Amino acid sequence: MNLHPTTAGLLLAGILFVLGLISVLIRRNIIFMLLSVEIMLNAAGLAFVVAASHWGQADGQVMFMFILAMAAAEVSVGLALILQLYHQLRTLDSDEASRMNG
Amino acid sequence: MDIAFIVAALIAVAATVRVVTCYNIMHALLYLVVSLLAVSVVLYTYGAPFMAVLEIIIYAGAIMVLIIFFVMMLNLGLETAEHEKAWLRPRIWIVPGVFCLVLLGELLYLIVQNKQPAAGIQVVPPKQVGMALFGPYLIAVELTGILLMAGIVGAYHLGRQHKKTLHRFLENNLNT
Repeated sequence: MNLHPTTAGLLLAGILFVLGLISVLIRRNIIFMLLSVEIMLNAAGLAFVVAASHWGQADGQVMFMFILAMAAAEVSVGLALILQLYHQLRTLDSDEASRMNG
Repeated sequence: MDIAFIVAALIAVAATVRVVTCYNIMHALLYLVVSLLAVSVVLYTYGAPFMAVLEIIIYAGAIMVLIIFFVMMLNLGLETAEHEKAWLRPRIWIVPGVFCLVLLGELLYLIVQNKQPAAGIQVVPPKQVGMALFGPYLIAVELTGILLMAGIVGAYHLGRQHKKTLHRFLENNLNT
């Protein structure tokens, strides 16, 4: 196998992203959906770093740091939302949230 | 392509597949931590050691521990002890443990060997990242700080438990 390193890194990032996308589509447990979003964000960050090392520019790594900060904020708010959902409905099933009217 | 990259990428894909196909959330979290460590080794092979360290500290160290504590907090009840007992059987953590040992050996090999990255990869030193971060990206850094503060305030507001507004004498009357 004689792939260019940039191609290999982008392939890995794409595989991880598609796995996260499949999981967020087929799962019903809302914590698993949050984990899948984390996988997708991580894959996007990996693609940014691979691009940064391809061109030798620092912009990709700067974007990776921004993605890290955004993932941290997203997880804290998402976990608080899941906590409220669990206290209101006593379940982690995301379909049950359709019972909320307004 | 580097052999270190291939091993780390295979471990990352295998661990992520296990995350997607797992039913028990604690097993999935364990495999997700392994996947993040493998991605960290991949970042190291791409000439970004600072990003690899940040990946371990923030993703595997902070975010995953937050989710693990959250899952443990949700499962309050009588069956918690049995769950804990079931979660800590050796059959569960032995595969992630082997993956982690392989990754640790690989990382130590890469650090000790201290060889240049593969052809076609240009190393971006952390100094250049810092100069870019506090030069042209200064506004974005400030906006990230505002985003983090909005996350803190939003998490506090959403996760707050509403206290009962009843006075304690009235509550006593209700109970009797």
